Amino acid sequence: MSFQAAAHATLRDAQLRRNLGHATERIRDKRAGAVAELPDWEQLRDAAEAIKARTLATLPEQLERLERAVSAAGGIVHWARDAAEANAIVADVARAHGSDEVIKVKSLLTDEIGLNEALAAQGISAIETDLAELIVQLGDDTQSHILVPAIHRNRVEIRELFERTIAAGRRLDGDAKTLADAARAHLRAKFLSVPVAVSGANFAIAETGAICVVESEGNGRMCLTLPKALVTVMGIEKLLPSWRDLEVFLQLLPRSSTAERMNPYTSLWTGVRAGDGPQEFHLVLLDGGRTDVLGDEVGRAALHCIRCSACLNVCPVYERVGGAAYESVYPGPIGAILTPQLRGLDQAPTLPWASSLCGACYEVCPVKIDIPTILVHLRGRVVREQKSGLSVEGLAMRAMATAFSTRRRYEGAQRLARLGRGPIANAAVPGWSAMRELPEPPKATFREWWRRRGAPGVGA
Amino acid sequence: MQVALFITCFNDTLFPQTGRAVVELLERLGHRVTFPEEQTCCGQMHVNSGYEHEAARLLRRFERVFADADAIVSPSASCVGLVRERIPAVADRTFELTELLVDRLGVVDVGASFPHRVTLHPTCHSLRMLHVGERPRRLLEAVRGIELVELEQATECCGFGGTFAVKNAETSMAMLSDKLRHVLDTRAEVCTAADSSCLMHIGGALRRQRAGMRTMHIAEILAAQE
Repeated sequence: MSFQAAAHATLRDAQLRRNLGHATERIRDKRAGAVAELPDWEQLRDAAEAIKARTLATLPEQLERLERAVSAAGGIVHWARDAAEANAIVADVARAHGSDEVIKVKSLLTDEIGLNEALAAQGISAIETDLAELIVQLGDDTQSHILVPAIHRNRVEIRELFERTIAAGRRLDGDAKTLADAARAHLRAKFLSVPVAVSGANFAIAETGAICVVESEGNGRMCLTLPKALVTVMGIEKLLPSWRDLEVFLQLLPRSSTAERMNPYTSLWTGVRAGDGPQEFHLVLLDGGRTDVLGDEVGRAALHCIRCSACLNVCPVYERVGGAAYESVYPGPIGAILTPQLRGLDQAPTLPWASSLCGACYEVCPVKIDIPTILVHLRGRVVREQKSGLSVEGLAMRAMATAFSTRRRYEGAQRLARLGRGPIANAAVPGWSAMRELPEPPKATFREWWRRRGAPGVGA
Repeated sequence: MQVALFITCFNDTLFPQTGRAVVELLERLGHRVTFPEEQTCCGQMHVNSGYEHEAARLLRRFERVFADADAIVSPSASCVGLVRERIPAVADRTFELTELLVDRLGVVDVGASFPHRVTLHPTCHSLRMLHVGERPRRLLEAVRGIELVELEQATECCGFGGTFAVKNAETSMAMLSDKLRHVLDTRAEVCTAADSSCLMHIGGALRRQRAGMRTMHIAEILAAQE
């Protein structure tokens, strides 16, 4: 579906608009406060951008360093070309442990590759343990935010959902604690019984082989420590060359993401350790279209993303259409540049236009991804690679360019525009008039006034 | 000083009063304005819509037309943003109007008088591409008789975005609805900004609703001597 068609549906949902507007406005203000506390915020952004660019420039070498370090610490490294290969590796681990269930730490990557559905097809249930992911999973719903997947749901909707599902018909009070307790009781049993956990990774350190997951609820810590086996699936762009790089990102991520100085739980582990935590650790390194993105000199900066979701929270388009309109686990501005690149431009050709280019995303991005520039670049690629030169838009654009190519043609087009005809007038009208009137054509253009005025400087 | 006016195709064709105001204002302040008549369009619409090939010709043309100008002024933050980003040869010499006034000409009080209730919509490209900051507000605050009122959620986009307003008309309208609500809440008589395109968007909806509020480019207020 095109972005326009998807947005057409979501824009009608008044409850969604209310929930999302309320939530994003609150988190926007909180983020601004948390960021303002750090005098060196801009230097941190510069450092993060430089580290990410250096990592991608030396990616093959860094990945091999990571593989060596993880293997030396007792982990097993797998390489997956695409979603199917990655999903098969996870299913194999679950089967090897004789389990028809796995517990999951919140992970966008596993959503990107459709892990839950792939496991279900093999008779294995993937149980989401992050509260918001659980809400989405129980409601057979779609995530609408990177960090807060159920941001489009309010407390009343969640109470009704829990009463229908995990609370098994019990009536619940609508307060946050009661709802959290219901989820907790449901999840605790899973943490203690399921032998295999699956996680993504926020960072992986090539130098030491350490993997890092940051979270707020502690469900991640449970998954990362209690089961017998742990499988971490990560995109190849997620690694950092050295341990000291991590401090930059651990300052940027929580403040950008939840507007906290530090997130409540930061888990770091290196391979396996006898008698402590999972005794079997698998690391799946997934390409999934990323090397293609690397081939685009402008677009590749999208791979710098640390999934903080600050760009969603400030985006005026996202705030109104909601995450579902982007039809991807990566919604909002970052989704508009990431999804078409990961899936291929022909799979999401309208997403680069899902922006007014207002620049709010670039302003808050902790790793300084110039999203507006990449959007414009991808529009150029879509026009060159996808569109027939004979499209209505293509013809109009060429007609406009011709009209602007000489003074004589331009002034002729201005005269036509005053009559409501010709390339300048035609470019503006469709879609505009539903809500807005066109300006009254002025009696004279500026240049006509200028010539008549005969002021000093004419013809300069 | 002598300043070449880059009027923009948009103002030239649809909002000539903006250009007239720039000329009157700068001449009143004792400067000489020239208007290179070969100018057409800087190419912003083509760049932002992905028509790089067509845009390249317009960018080259702009560079040629303004090659001899010592300083270029434009009443459009978004067109100046594009020129700065894409035409390095003239980037340092091209100024948005409020930048020229405050930074180059060193004036904040331009001797204007405009006894009306006004609200300022700080446009996205003036804020986030040019970083004009408080310049428009400082200029307006020095205008005699003006009553400047705060706009809620002022820095949020009005939903214009060039072809975005047409290609994603429904999303654009949703953004505009919220902007309009904040604009009307100010009970101002005039909504002003440094870009005629955003004002055409906001103003087009105000007129459709018969809201009884008008839009004016900031140049018109700074030129006013009511």
